[in-house]
Amino acid sequence: MGSRASTLLRDEEIEEIKKETGFSHSQITRLYSRFTSLDKGENGTLSREDFQRIPELAINPLGDRIINAFFPEGEDQVNFRGFMRTLAHFRPIEDNEKSKDQNGPEPLNSRSNKLHFAFRLYDLDKDDKISRDELLQVLRMMVGVNISDEQLGSIADRTIQEADQDGDSAISFAEFVKVLEKVDVEQKMSIRFLH
Amino acid sequence: MHPPAGPAASPGPAAPPAGAELLRWQWQEVQVPCLVAAWILVASLAKIVFHLSRKVTSVVPESCLLILLGLGLGGIVLAVAKKAKYQLEPNMFFLFLLPPIVLDSGYFMPSRLFFDNIGAILTYAVVGTLWNSFTTGTALWGLHQAGLMDPGVEAGLMDFLLFGSLISAVDPVAVLAVFEEVHVNETLFIIVFGESLLNDAVTVVLYKVFNSFVELGPAHIHATDYVKGVASFFLVSLGGTAVGLLFAFLLALITRFTKRVRIIEPLFVFLLAYVAYLAAEMVSLSAILAVTFCGICCKKYVEANISQKSRTTVKYTMKTLASSSETIIFMFLGMSAVDTSKWAWDTALVLGTLLFILLFRAVGVVLQTYVLNRFRLIPLDRIDQVVMSYGGLRGAVAFALVILLDRDKVKAKDYFVATTIVVVFFTVIVQGLTIKPLVTWLKVKRSDHHKPTLNEELHEHAFDHILAAVEDIVGHHGYHYWRDKWEQFDKKYLSQLLMRKSAYRLRDEIWDVYYKLNIRDAISFVDQGGHVLSAAKLALPSMPSRTSMSESSVTNLLRESGSGACLDLQVIDTVRSRRDKEDAAMHHVLRGSLYKPRRRYKASYSRHFISPDKQERQDKEIFRQNMKRRLETFKSTKHNICSSKSKARLKEKGRKKKDISLTSDAPNGRTHRGVPWQEAAPVLVMVSSEEEESDSSETEREDDEGIVFIARATDEVLQGKATPGSLDVCPSPCIIPPSPTLAEKELPWKGDQADLAVYVSSETTKIVPVDMQKAWNQSISSLESIASPPGIETGPQHRRFACPVLEEQPQSASQAMPEQISCFQFPSHVSKSGRSLSDSSPDGVEQQELQPLMASEEQGRALPPAEPRRLMFSRASHI
Repeated sequence: MGSRASTLLRDEEIEEIKKETGFSHSQITRLYSRFTSLDKGENGTLSREDFQRIPELAINPLGDRIINAFFPEGEDQVNFRGFMRTLAHFRPIEDNEKSKDQNGPEPLNSRSNKLHFAFRLYDLDKDDKISRDELLQVLRMMVGVNISDEQLGSIADRTIQEADQDGDSAISFAEFVKVLEKVDVEQKMSIRFLH
Repeated sequence: MHPPAGPAASPGPAAPPAGAELLRWQWQEVQVPCLVAAWILVASLAKIVFHLSRKVTSVVPESCLLILLGLGLGGIVLAVAKKAKYQLEPNMFFLFLLPPIVLDSGYFMPSRLFFDNIGAILTYAVVGTLWNSFTTGTALWGLHQAGLMDPGVEAGLMDFLLFGSLISAVDPVAVLAVFEEVHVNETLFIIVFGESLLNDAVTVVLYKVFNSFVELGPAHIHATDYVKGVASFFLVSLGGTAVGLLFAFLLALITRFTKRVRIIEPLFVFLLAYVAYLAAEMVSLSAILAVTFCGICCKKYVEANISQKSRTTVKYTMKTLASSSETIIFMFLGMSAVDTSKWAWDTALVLGTLLFILLFRAVGVVLQTYVLNRFRLIPLDRIDQVVMSYGGLRGAVAFALVILLDRDKVKAKDYFVATTIVVVFFTVIVQGLTIKPLVTWLKVKRSDHHKPTLNEELHEHAFDHILAAVEDIVGHHGYHYWRDKWEQFDKKYLSQLLMRKSAYRLRDEIWDVYYKLNIRDAISFVDQGGHVLSAAKLALPSMPSRTSMSESSVTNLLRESGSGACLDLQVIDTVRSRRDKEDAAMHHVLRGSLYKPRRRYKASYSRHFISPDKQERQDKEIFRQNMKRRLETFKSTKHNICSSKSKARLKEKGRKKKDISLTSDAPNGRTHRGVPWQEAAPVLVMVSSEEEESDSSETEREDDEGIVFIARATDEVLQGKATPGSLDVCPSPCIIPPSPTLAEKELPWKGDQADLAVYVSSETTKIVPVDMQKAWNQSISSLESIASPPGIETGPQHRRFACPVLEEQPQSASQAMPEQISCFQFPSHVSKSGRSLSDSSPDGVEQQELQPLMASEEQGRALPPAEPRRLMFSRASHI
């Protein structure tokens, strides 16, 4: 399965990825070359260090969380399939995809999957709930140092209070979806991949 | 039916005969301003009349009504004066009427949305306008060549292109007027509206280029002139933008240093924006672009720098100016149409123009959207395109431009004027009337104006970071990459340079949203709470109780919200226990409803304004209550002079007694109450640590008093909401966690006694609610009025200064009640020890600084004569 860094992708592999992620052929090859250029170890997988070498990512407040999102549970290597699977979350939803939604598995770039990706960034302990502590950690990363801990705490409290419906002082995924229902997630969680 | 045109309609009579005269008719001197004022008045009154009927305005856009009104007025003027007067002069339009509208739309432009769609906006604005101009111009010329037009229309290709350039630009004023009432979704709105603003550069350039071509004559145009035309487009648009950015920068920089002259802050905003407009106009750059970008870019920094009151002022002034400009523009458009001397009708030209602008706009939109959709994340669908095509309204800009044409050079000017008027009227009236039903019929996605939530803000922020990271990983430097870069640059350099240090440090978007949400909540709760409190004077026992939930999020949040921008934390913090809150509420009630001796009102000038009304009410109330009391066979003799409030007083008295009995518990209560100080101190200190900040903290606090007040009141009410039904214990004093000394000292303080300092200082936290409530009760029900009354002013300051008093004049304090003071003082220090131990010394410094102020304040407060009765009463409670 693992493709050599030096070799090109096999056609059947591309087909599989295409089917799974919905990327076009040219997008896949383009991303594959990016993948190989990131892969300094040249072993067909990316490690955390490979990601951390991207300079802009180092200054992204959520950079580490996002890097982690690329790695499956408990692993510290990600192959091209996994890489593409994660990126597929950010593919914009196209018109022809809206119609054929009913049959087959939900595409990776569906609204729900996009939201779930974001949700998992918060949910460190993977209990399907964003607790106050988890929220605080993310807040701490995103806001400037000028905001005091108390202020952050109150923001977190209010955020949870706003979203919390069942009174467990945590945000479940359902509550997360509900609170963002008016947000244009399709647009705000999509980037344009070059064709 | 319409308000009479008044002086405006009647020509100014000649001056009366010479000789000794008591009064002189000086119409000539005041004519111009008087006319201006009269027209504004007429237009504004007309607006009121329109909005008397909801039915009419919900169907007919205001702009249509105004144009029709203008037509009517124009007819009257024509009939009276026998000639058309009061036309829409291009100079007046471009120099005075247009800038406010453009500034308003630029300043309040949702910048994120705007820049998210900047590609589409620019395409439609530049390519679309070019396309419209050329196709319309050429098609009309073709019509002319085909001999369909009246031979009187002497115009060549250049004339028609010139006409095409001025008639094809979508007009921001008209678009705004119509689309604001339609409420289509934000993306659609921003594209149409952004286009109408940004196409100004294209319009201006095309207009000027073709105008010069017409003047030169087709024979003398060289190839270099075309190149110059293209070059001038870039110069005009980029130059205009640069001027706008320059002035935005200046404006932001200036507002950074206005902390001592808060009162003229709004002036700077208007002045610099206007100067930007004039400067761009002066060098014939695109003035609309200049003001638009000035508004868009300066907003972030200006809003951070200026005070809350200035923000409100800027907002309302801008809206007022823009709305009156718009009103006048449409009214004068209508009036100008009456002037038949400018008219030369040609059916083919008029119909052709109407057809072509509609047709070519639709074609242009479809073509451009087809291209754009290949690059857009969310493609614009067919319905969007229909609305965009149909929403291309023409307006006053086209009219002003066509009036500006030189009749000697452009022979067909009269025809063009007539056609422009018809086109403008058609688009504004017919399209304006039908676009609403069309939008409904097509089921265009409407904008849902929901309140922003903290979650949305927070998660969208996270989305931005995620997208930027993904773009980095993918290695594709797209929009998010550059936005991220820009934000970092802005944070590192621009904001540091352009924002006040205090504002910069406290600045965070999530925090801002959070803060605004709290304020909004506060306002709504105050609005409700105001009635609740005043109506339910005696319903205190049912006041929402403070239970363990008092530490729950809402309260915390509200408390914290104080620490963000306003430094008067104590206000919010006070209400920690139910006991406190009740005391405060009780004081509100007493404060608000105890009748006051008249002279109180004369204590300050501003209060004097309110006094007659209030006294009258008070007299009536006393009378009524007296009668009622007699009827009810008032039986108790222990009510003394103030017995009209007997119930409340009794209650208070009873409480006092119980309180006294619990005095021994005071330390506990104190410690509890000391906690709030903990939160207060760091903020104060942080701000005062820098010289600049100590100033700004002061001014800012002053400015934010309204908020403070709100937040506090909300706290109280919100609490009630947050714990509905939870432990609805009857808050009788004995259950309440004791802090009895507080209650005792409230009244003395309230009495404005001369030896107040002690009480004030020890009871700082109580004062605000009382004072504010007073102000509140005096006149306020809405936020605006909350901010203004002078009664509020004393509250927060007083409270704040009170703290130093306590700590620095222990001896005076000890005279009254030594042990209580000490126990109060202690916790307030202890409580600071945790997080803010290191901060305590600057705090002390600030206290010293404030000391003189405090003293004068103290004296000022002591000046009003005390109320003997109350004094005695409170004294009694101490013993």
